[in-house]
Amino acid sequence: MNIGDAAPSFELPATDGTSHGLDGGPTAVVFTCNHCPYALAWHDRLLAVARDYEGRARVLLVNPNDAERYPRDSADAMRERVEADGGWPAPYLRDESQDVARNYGAKTTPDVFVVDGEGRLAYRGAPDSDYEDPSQDAAWLRGALDALLAGETPDPTETDPVGCSVKWGQ
Amino acid sequence: MWWEGCPSTDKAHELLRDALAGEGLDPDAVELVEIETDGDAERERFVGSPTIRIGGVEVAPEEGEPVGLNCRVYRLRDGSVSPTPDPDDIREAIREAMS
Repeated sequence: MNIGDAAPSFELPATDGTSHGLDGGPTAVVFTCNHCPYALAWHDRLLAVARDYEGRARVLLVNPNDAERYPRDSADAMRERVEADGGWPAPYLRDESQDVARNYGAKTTPDVFVVDGEGRLAYRGAPDSDYEDPSQDAAWLRGALDALLAGETPDPTETDPVGCSVKWGQ
Repeated sequence: MWWEGCPSTDKAHELLRDALAGEGLDPDAVELVEIETDGDAERERFVGSPTIRIGGVEVAPEEGEPVGLNCRVYRLRDGSVSPTPDPDDIREAIREAMS
C-alpha cells in the first residue's frame, strides 16, 4: 500500500468485546503487540497520543501476532494486559486471521499507518525517530494527525518502521 | 546469539564490544551465533534476541522466559524497557567472568 492509496477497511474485536474499524475520521492504525521491546518502549507515547487527540482523531492498536506460537499475544493475554493497566484510552484489537496486517503490509511491531478522513493512507512508519527517547513523544505520528486535522499533507509521509517482525502464522 | 526477526543485533554487538574494550579485553573475542529455527532455540535454550552469554553465563538472566524465536525485553537499571541489556549489566558480567 502506498501513500494516497485507499486503506483497507476492517472490523476487529477489542479486548472489551466491542468492535472497531475505520469510521471516516483521521485514524492511526498501529500494529503492536504484548512482548516486543520496541512496542513496549513506544507504548506509553502511543497511549498519550490517543488521550491527547480524543474527539479529533482515533488510535486503533492492532495485535496481529500468531498466538499459537506466541501465546503471550493471545486475546486472553491482551485482555489481561489492558485490565491490569485499568483500561487504555485506545481500543486494543485482535487480528486473529492476520488479514488486516497482511492487507496493510505491516512489517513490524510497532508499524504506524495514519489514514485520513477520506480513507486514504497519509503516513506510514515509526511513531518517532527514537524508541529510546521518550521526549520524542511520537512526533511523526502527532505531526501526521496535526497535518490532517489542518487539512494539510503530513511531512514526512513515510519513515522506516522499526521493531520486531510481525509473527506470521505457519 | 541473535535472530533475524529483531533489529537489535548490531547495537547489542556494539555494546558488548565497547564493554570488552573498556575492561581491557579483545573486542573481537565475540562469537556471533545465529538462531534460525525453533530447534536451534530449543537446543541453545534461547529465550530471545539478543542473548549474551559470557563464559556461558547470561547477562541479565530472566527466569521463566519461554524458549523461542522472540525479541528479548530487557529492563535497564533506570527501569525503562529496552531491546538490549544495560551496559552496566554487561560490564558486571564480564568482571564476574574474569574473577
